[in-house]
Amino acid sequence: MKYSYLYIFSLAAIFSCSKAIPPVDSAIESQILHIGNGTEPQGLDPHIVTGVPEHHLLIAMCEGLVIANPYGGENLPGVAKSWAISPDGKTYTFFLQENARWSNGDRLTASDFVWSWKRILTPSLGSQYPDMLYYVKGAPEFHQGLTGDFSSVGVTAVNDTELRVELTHATPFFIKLLSHYSTYPVHKDTVLKHGAIDDRNGQWTRPGNFVCNGPMNLNTWELNKEITVTKNPLYWDAEKVRLNEIRYYPVSNESTEDRMFRAGQLHVTNVVPLEKCPVYIENKNPDLRIEPYMGTYFYRINTKHPVLKDRRVRLALAYALNRQQIVDKVSKCGQLAAYSFTPPGTAGYEPDTSIEFNPELAQSLLADAGYSDPSTFPVLEILFNTQEGHRKIALAVQQMWQQNLGISVQLVNQDWKVYLAREMTGDFQISRAGWIGDYEDPNTFLDTLRPNRGNNKTGWENQEYDDLLAMANSTNDQTLRYQYLNEAEKLLISDMPIIPIYTYVKAYQISSDVKGWHPNIIDTHHPKFIYLER
Amino acid sequence: MLQVILKRIAIAIPVILVVASITFFLVRMAPGGPFDAEKVVPPQVMKNLNAVYNLDAPLFLQYKDYMFNLVQGDFGPSFRYPGRSVTEMIFTGLPVTLELALYAILIAMVIGGSAGVLAAVKRNTALDYIPMTIAMIGICMPTFLLGPLLVLFFGIHLELLPVSGWGSLSGDKILPSITLGAAYAAYIARLSRGGMLETLGQDYIRTARAKGLPEYQVILRHALQGGLVPVVSFLGPAIAGLIGGSFVVETIFQIPGLGRFYVEAAFNRDYTMILGTTIFFSALIIFFNLLSDIAVLLMNPRARSEA
Repeated sequence: MKYSYLYIFSLAAIFSCSKAIPPVDSAIESQILHIGNGTEPQGLDPHIVTGVPEHHLLIAMCEGLVIANPYGGENLPGVAKSWAISPDGKTYTFFLQENARWSNGDRLTASDFVWSWKRILTPSLGSQYPDMLYYVKGAPEFHQGLTGDFSSVGVTAVNDTELRVELTHATPFFIKLLSHYSTYPVHKDTVLKHGAIDDRNGQWTRPGNFVCNGPMNLNTWELNKEITVTKNPLYWDAEKVRLNEIRYYPVSNESTEDRMFRAGQLHVTNVVPLEKCPVYIENKNPDLRIEPYMGTYFYRINTKHPVLKDRRVRLALAYALNRQQIVDKVSKCGQLAAYSFTPPGTAGYEPDTSIEFNPELAQSLLADAGYSDPSTFPVLEILFNTQEGHRKIALAVQQMWQQNLGISVQLVNQDWKVYLAREMTGDFQISRAGWIGDYEDPNTFLDTLRPNRGNNKTGWENQEYDDLLAMANSTNDQTLRYQYLNEAEKLLISDMPIIPIYTYVKAYQISSDVKGWHPNIIDTHHPKFIYLER
Repeated sequence: MLQVILKRIAIAIPVILVVASITFFLVRMAPGGPFDAEKVVPPQVMKNLNAVYNLDAPLFLQYKDYMFNLVQGDFGPSFRYPGRSVTEMIFTGLPVTLELALYAILIAMVIGGSAGVLAAVKRNTALDYIPMTIAMIGICMPTFLLGPLLVLFFGIHLELLPVSGWGSLSGDKILPSITLGAAYAAYIARLSRGGMLETLGQDYIRTARAKGLPEYQVILRHALQGGLVPVVSFLGPAIAGLIGGSFVVETIFQIPGLGRFYVEAAFNRDYTMILGTTIFFSALIIFFNLLSDIAVLLMNPRARSEA
């Protein structure tokens, strides 16, 4: 009897819950945006963190000299209201907003940038993004400990509102780099109050301590639950900011995020579950957005491998893949078949390369390489990290190579860190890889395959390629620069140390209440342009 | 009894130290390091990072330093989350996980216990077969299936309960607690049925009935105490298992508990976090087992005299 009451009580507790108003419905009036933000951010120190969730948070709370254009293309003024570039392209003078302030009311001056850049270049801080400033004269030497004198680095506060930056070479994409959070200023007094200049574990990024200069202020930070930021009234362009608050949820599980969106708990999701994407496309889900994204999914080849060092073998593998079929039948979420390493349309750059699907040509190339009888070809291994999407692509590639070339392929699935360790040490034959650009310029892709670059990992070295990139990055003429880059790209594709498979897209769901959220290739949505309206 | 407790605590300390030592060397044997990323960290930066976290010292020296700090209660800083100590992260997630585990175990005890007792009392009737069949399904159904099903029905279809969160929206603790508690309810139902059946066959129950006591009094006053002993022994490891195994439910429902830190630390090779959470969970398992043993001693005079 006693237990019957308990049953009734439990059921009553559940069913007595009336239909609650979902957060999205109550957000219009309060202008509170709810965003799914992937994983829990590592931290909020712009000089320490490295990930995309951190990027979403930092563009709301801090601001660099420039900000990313919400429509894509050239960056817009941020803390710098304007800038002048010397005719040789090596000296940049930034004129800062007179009313730029920190969230504690202190004035933001050019010397804040000098100190902040000194901080990220301080070797003992262990920042993972100091190379973003390696184009500045003397920066690599300071960071590598060759000199301890920061005055040798080409960044100077001429006065409170004028910052002069001298570069080693003309770097046409330098302004693009400056919207990256690693170049953001940090508040010197706050950082030093909670630790030394090189203290990675300082408490200055905690709510209550955090001081920065963006359109939003850090309000609360509950680990693995949510981070809330509220409008910063001291932001130099505060009158443009219409949102009162943003709540970021670190939802690492894609299906959970999808359910949260469907239940009205989120305005914007970070991703769409792999298996749901084709269904949503077929059902014409009005909230689904699929937009070009500056990233390439490719297969990395170990060119030091006895078989794969032969260019003809690499080309045969590339020509035996039907990329269109992979994106249509396997990935099925609007991805675009890739025929270049740099995604087309990156800062107006259109790579002039092609990789045909031609099994006959592939077979003859393999025969030229000495494998006219495919059964004599050794079994190849494709290394990939645990993820259903990677497994499906690897299965498709395995089947295509088997069918079109008659060769056997083994799939090797590894945990993320094991996969990374094997790639790093060259303990692989072919591995799946992806590269997302750090800034909107072809250099962010092509630079990775220069000799001695840590991210090359293929063992491929080509002096001509290196020279072309060096020439491209020392000219101020953008047309000529893109010509050099295109030539480098052609060289890369004709040697095929990597096999491009598809260009990423950003697939996510967004409520129709969200306005001012425009598609752009770098997927950067600055909060000052976003508002809610129904 | 005090002697038993002291003896168990004395054994627990070296056990924890052995667990810490084995874990320390095991995580270091796993390929990949805490700072490996798709965008390769330049050698100079890696050198600096290793220096910051003392990873450039010989392994045995690192072990010595770690154990020295551990004895003083310092788990060290998290490698993955700069500025956060492992102790801070454990104590941020722990209250949430404990709360979730508490609700889950309460649900499991109420539903499972009553179903098991009912099944034993009404043996070989529909009231025995139906709850036991449901219990069997409950044991077999994984939480990653039950959770989303409950969410789809109560959260999205009926729009009665939030689909995720913990303490943010009204009623958001109900579904995760039921999901986590369901499998344990099923176990408890089977255990309590078995325990009750054994007790109901005892002489003292027959005596109680012969003296004319109403059946509900026989069950509630006499049979329950003995019948639930297996359940109580199960509760200690069950609570420890609930805390350690709440990862799936925490992920499905976006709950900021300790289980997520534990599993993600392993994927991230966050050495100090892996060690900290492993040691902490070991201590919890030992603690809850001890509690459960004490409870059994209190409930069972025979066990008490043997102790």
